[in-house]
Order: sequence, then C-alpha cells, then structure tokens
Amino acid sequence: MGAPVTLAELAIAAASEAWRGDGEVLASGIGVVPRLAASLAKLTHSPELMMTDAEAHLVEEPVPLGPRGTYQPKFSGSMSFARVFDCVWGGRRHVMIGPIQIDRYGQTNLSGIGDRVRPKVQMLGMRGLPGNSMCHANSMFVTAHSKRVFVPGEVDIVGGVGYNPARWPAGANSSHVDLRLIVSDLCVMDFGGTGHAIRVRSLHPGVTLDAVRQASGFPLEAAGQPPATAMPTEEQLAIIHRLDPHDLRAGVFKGNPLVGAGTAA
Amino acid sequence: MFDKTLTAAAVAATIEDGMTVGVGGWGPRRKPMALVRELLRSPVKDLTVVAYGGPEVGMLCAAGKVRKLTYGFVSLDAIPVEPWFRRAREAGAFEARELDEGLLQWGLRAAAMRVPFLPTPVGLASDVMSFNPDFRTVRSPYDDAEVLLAMPALKLDVALLHVDRADRRGNVQTLGPDPYFDELFARAAARCYVSCEELVDRIDASHAADARFNLVERSYITGVVPARFGAHPTSNPPAYGWDMEHLRAYCALATQEQGWLTYRAQHLAGSEADYLARAGGESRLAALPVPVF
Repeated sequence: MGAPVTLAELAIAAASEAWRGDGEVLASGIGVVPRLAASLAKLTHSPELMMTDAEAHLVEEPVPLGPRGTYQPKFSGSMSFARVFDCVWGGRRHVMIGPIQIDRYGQTNLSGIGDRVRPKVQMLGMRGLPGNSMCHANSMFVTAHSKRVFVPGEVDIVGGVGYNPARWPAGANSSHVDLRLIVSDLCVMDFGGTGHAIRVRSLHPGVTLDAVRQASGFPLEAAGQPPATAMPTEEQLAIIHRLDPHDLRAGVFKGNPLVGAGTAA
Repeated sequence: MFDKTLTAAAVAATIEDGMTVGVGGWGPRRKPMALVRELLRSPVKDLTVVAYGGPEVGMLCAAGKVRKLTYGFVSLDAIPVEPWFRRAREAGAFEARELDEGLLQWGLRAAAMRVPFLPTPVGLASDVMSFNPDFRTVRSPYDDAEVLLAMPALKLDVALLHVDRADRRGNVQTLGPDPYFDELFARAAARCYVSCEELVDRIDASHAADARFNLVERSYITGVVPARFGAHPTSNPPAYGWDMEHLRAYCALATQEQGWLTYRAQHLAGSEADYLARAGGESRLAALPVPVF
C-alpha cells in the first residue's frame, strides 16, 4: 500500500495528460493544479515541453511552488510577457486555466458575472483569453463542477472563443481553435463529441455519469459508460510531492478529500 | 544644459482634463506610482487610461478621474481583482474598453508605427467586439481573403513609466527580468515621462555596461523625475518587492463608503517624502522582498 491519494493529486495526474504529444510548445498551467500538471507532464511523458519559472524565464527543470529554500531555478532562456504574446499568436503554446464560466461551445469567461455594461460582479477581465483560444491549444480546470460554471446557453461575457458558429464573422479563420481537455472535481471531459460537443471521458472514483450531468447546465455526451479516471502512480505522486513541498494542492478542493481506496495505482 | 529633469508635480501639471494617459508596468509591477500620486493630488479629471492595470488604475478610479479605461485586466496578483477597480466598474463609473492583453500591445504598436490599425484574428468571435463597438474588420487583400480585426492605434497623449536608472538626457535603464510593454507605451505617446530610482548625470559615463537594459531611446523620453521607491507599493525587481501589507490595507478600504478619503488622508497628504516616511522609510522599503512565484 502506498500513500493516500487526494482528489487534487488525481486531478493533477489527469490534467497532465492534456499536454501529452504536444511537442515543443510552451506549457502554461495557471493555478496550482494546472501548473503542477504541466510540470508533471514535462517530467514524465513529455520532456520536450517548454516551461517558465512563472515570471520571465524559461526553465528545463520545472520550478517547485512557493518558497524555495536553497533551490535556485536554472534559466535556459527568456520568456518576457512580450515573448509570451508572440508565442501565443504564433500558436506554439498550450495553456490550462480555470475559467469562471464555460458553455457548451467551449467559450470561456474570466471577465465577470452578469451584464457586460454593468456587471453584477467584475472579475479579472479578458486577460489573454481571446488570443489564447484563437491561436493555440487550450484546456480547462474546474474546482467545483456545477451549473454555475458549466452554464446553460452562453457564458455571460465571451473571453475565450469556442465552437459557436453564430459568433464567427464570415471569412474569419477559426481553424486554430483547439480546445482539448477539461478536468473538474468530478470527471475528465474533452471536445470529442458531435460537432466538438463536450464529452465525458472518465469519471473520478465514486462519481456517476448522472451526477456529472445533473451538475452541468447543458447536455454532455459520453461514449457508453466512461471508465474511472486513472489513479496517479507512485512515480507521479513522488514528483507531485517534490514539486509542491508546501502542499499548496491541499487547498484546491474543499476539505482536500481522498479518492477511491486512497492509494496509488 | 541638456537636462530633462523635472518634478512629479510639474509632470502632473502638463496632464489636462480628457487626455489619454498610458501607464507602464504590469499589474502590481514597476508602476510609476510617484507620478500617479501627483495625478491623484491634482484636479485633473475625465482621463482615458490605458494600462496593464494594477493599483494605479484602482486609485485613479477611486479618485474619480477615469472616464474611460482600456485594459486587459486590473489585478494585484495575490489579490486577483483590484477591488477599487471592481467597485467603480460595478457602479458603471467609467466606460469599459476591455481588451485581450495581446491586443492592447498591438494597438500601442500601431500607434508607435504611425499606422491607423494593425490586423489580427484575435478579438473576433469574442466580446472584445461588443466592449469596443467602434472596432472594424478588414479583409485580407491577398488570395486567402481572411477577415481580420483592424485593431485601431492606441494613441496616447502621455505615457508614464518607472525605471531603475536614468540620466539627465533621458537615457533610461530597467534592470528587472521583464521590461513589460513600456517601450511601446513610450513609442505610442506624444510625450513620455519616467520616474527613476536613480538619477545620474551621464549614463554612458557611469553605467555603459548596462546599455542592453536601455528600455527605449531617449528621443521618446520627454522628462525625467528622480523618485527613489517611486514604484511603491508595486514591485521593482531586483531592487524591491511589492508591499503587500500596504496593498492589503488599501484594498480593505474599498469596502468602506469613505474608504478613499481615508487612504488619501493617510497616504497622499503632503509630499512624496512624507508618503515614503509614512510607508516605513528607506530601511523598510529597501527590505521589501522580491516575490517568489
């Protein structure tokens, strides 16, 4: 028997799959789980990924989260914001973020809740969502799978664009839109359904397809009964522990629950 | 003598009601706060502000000086949404021109290159188009005939920047790991003022080895204001980090009806020297740790 496995660790391992086979793209994980997932991908199946120190440099060795003690990041190159933007528009990036809303078309919102002109709640703003979603691969991470996140209709403010033909002007090139994986606290989904519909790929231990559908504001496809999300391996867990020495991942999900039998695969 | 130095108050006095002001830096990083504080003390109003927004945007909103805001975000990083910006936005206090971050620099670049627009697909199919109803599209004149957003030039009347080092002629150097988009703010502006941690007579005489940290050539720098700790409470790595204690106290006031008056009385009364003394003085400010991510 290995160490107990938390939902956060399961999500990190599942999310790391988003970058598998991407080649030499900048892997950007925004937030604790996406960042650890990108780092895990680079240290396991996809060493060719590029990564930053979360500031302005490229590193070949993913940087642990939080205070570093004696650890010194070793820079392999420069990645100023200007270069990030060039990298985004040039298409050589795959980012995973946590939008506040996602709709059936994969459109995402970080701007705010309610009316665009007079929002009920102003959030971050568009940030880089229009460019990210237009130019390169995008994945998403959701801490609380619910109809408040997976909204009926469209997101209140469209930052990240998606597969909604009504939004695209005639003659625009939507061919670079590339929405990949969604990892939530309940399941893993992708855009492999009919006409890029969102589809359940795997269910986290103890979660039913019905429960996922009831927590979503639009229909979800599924090819038969989805399998269980793979438990992280001992090797993956060791890497996660090393990259997150202050256990920031324990604060991601309410109550930091354990999953399944609570031990590694 | 060839000397561009002036005071922050003299800079503020050149900024008129209704002008478009671009602010360099990024979120809570290397913002020209000493210059912004003089704007806050001045009677100027109805500004259009263009920024990768941090506390300067929140403060200008709180002081009622913003008529229109062009931004991709307004954030203090560890405090993800700037609460004074949020409060003004939710009150409908200014015209929100929300943009993709990349589009903002694209518009500055168009202004810098003196073209009316630069094309890009970015922004299409998103609410960038509804936040900015005057944006138009163009069709590529080549065989692809692709329809693109014609991102209009973001011309600035004035740009405000903070740098590590400047000389009297306006040669400037930033020593941090990221120059952000300060160069484009300078090039997009009719006039650009910098505050600096350190003023030297001739940078070529004293700091020639740092020439690669030259942000933009001096022909784009209108005036230089000596302002040690002029980025406080934002960070200016490697010299000092942001002052999260100050920023948290400032943010906490956003929930109070008279919160801005309190901040103004506590921090903006008197001179910049008074401000720095109240913020803890040189020993505390120089010791603010550079954040680790």
